[in-house]
Amino acid sequence: MCQECGCSQKGPYKIDGQPVGEVVLSGGQHAMVEDKPAGHVHTHSHAPGHAHPHVHLDLNLPVLAQNDRFAERNRGAFQALGLVVLNVVSSPGAGKTTLLRKTLETLKGRRRAAVIVGDLATENDADRLRTTGAPVVQVTTGTLCHLEAEMISRALAKLDLKNLDLLIIENVGNLVCPASFDLGEGTRVALLSTTEGEDKPLKYPPIFQNADAVILTKTDLAEAVEFNRAAALANLRQASPKARLFETSAKTGTGISEWCDYLAGLRTR
Amino acid sequence: MPAADIVHEVSIMQSTLALAEQQARQSGAAAIHSLRMRIGTLSGVVAEALQFAFQALKADTLAAGATLEVEEVRPACWCGECRAEFEVTDFLYECPHCHRPSVDLRRGRELALVSLEVS
Ligand SMILES: Nc1nc2c(ncn2[C@@H]2O[C@H](COP(=O)(O)OP(=O)(O)OP(=O)(O)O)[C@@H](O)[C@H]2O)c(=O)[nH]1
Ligand SMILES: [Mg+2]
Ligand SMILES: [Zn+2]
Ligand SMILES: [Zn+2]
Repeated sequence: MCQECGCSQKGPYKIDGQPVGEVVLSGGQHAMVEDKPAGHVHTHSHAPGHAHPHVHLDLNLPVLAQNDRFAERNRGAFQALGLVVLNVVSSPGAGKTTLLRKTLETLKGRRRAAVIVGDLATENDADRLRTTGAPVVQVTTGTLCHLEAEMISRALAKLDLKNLDLLIIENVGNLVCPASFDLGEGTRVALLSTTEGEDKPLKYPPIFQNADAVILTKTDLAEAVEFNRAAALANLRQASPKARLFETSAKTGTGISEWCDYLAGLRTR
Repeated sequence: MPAADIVHEVSIMQSTLALAEQQARQSGAAAIHSLRMRIGTLSGVVAEALQFAFQALKADTLAAGATLEVEEVRPACWCGECRAEFEVTDFLYECPHCHRPSVDLRRGRELALVSLEVS
């Protein structure tokens, strides 16, 4: 994974400014192998010279990479808690933090929401989000250009999960790597801003393909940058055929209520 | 092969060997002679890198003397319109007959331990 940018070596990262050590899954490093017994077992004739009969075990068991093991664990916890969890991805500066601030303000009183926000460095986005009064955990990834499921497991410890309905994860601004890293979320949200061009969804298909919702942001700037809305929507429909589409401006407030109604209607999955 | 390129496969192979050892022990075996894996070409795992990781990691396991066979699965989608499966050739998963995009990926993301030979 991340062959694109060579970021696969995870370095030290921080949660709310505190350095985090290596994590060991319960059961040691090779944790979470399933306890299912072997499938059909049958011996078969073996080549002469073999001292012991070979036994063929038909297994067909899925193998999970480390990130997916953490992601599945997160997903199980979210389901048990009935928590709706979003993973919000976009290129840098597409407007994630600004939209989330509006979202938190709009949902106040309707949904108890918290945010985990990932950036390479600084607590700036967390500070901006905290002004809404919502609990916010900042993960600073250091060198890593995406969030991983293990970081989310760690950050969850900082939140009072039983008293939450909605957890929003703002991923590191990056249109490539976050597509490959499941965080255990139920709903993936991709943003495209009017200022970054109509063909982004075609240039970076994986991030849009997996999206459950796509938000076209900064619609107030569309005219100034000669944004071709029809072309962008056509590209999005092609790249994200299963996604719900929203068009918002965090500046004028356009589309924010439709987006928030959608969020309020989401169920855990 | 540069080390950084196989980090992902090393993690997958650690999981695979742990799973294989657990299954072998459950059936009372003391050694694994061969492993068979199935990987989809969209699984993000490269067969070559997986072999490399296997050779590097098998030493201290029940599979120390084992061989690894990898079968690759090409991606295919289901088109609800044409009621047919089609092979995926690009990232847009477009049906070659009706040109509608499909989100129903039926094959290509597999990452599984298919079988073991043990004694
Ligand atoms: N005009 C206008 N500007 C916006 C809108 N949304 C965001 N911006 C501006 O775009 C810039 C980037 O917005 P952010 O919300 O920080 O973007 P981000 O996606 O969180 O950025 P990173 O976390 O760095 O990836 C800021 O200057 C925002 O004020 C919008 O709807 N309209
Ligand atoms: Mg931000
Ligand atoms: Zn990366
Ligand atoms: Zn078709």
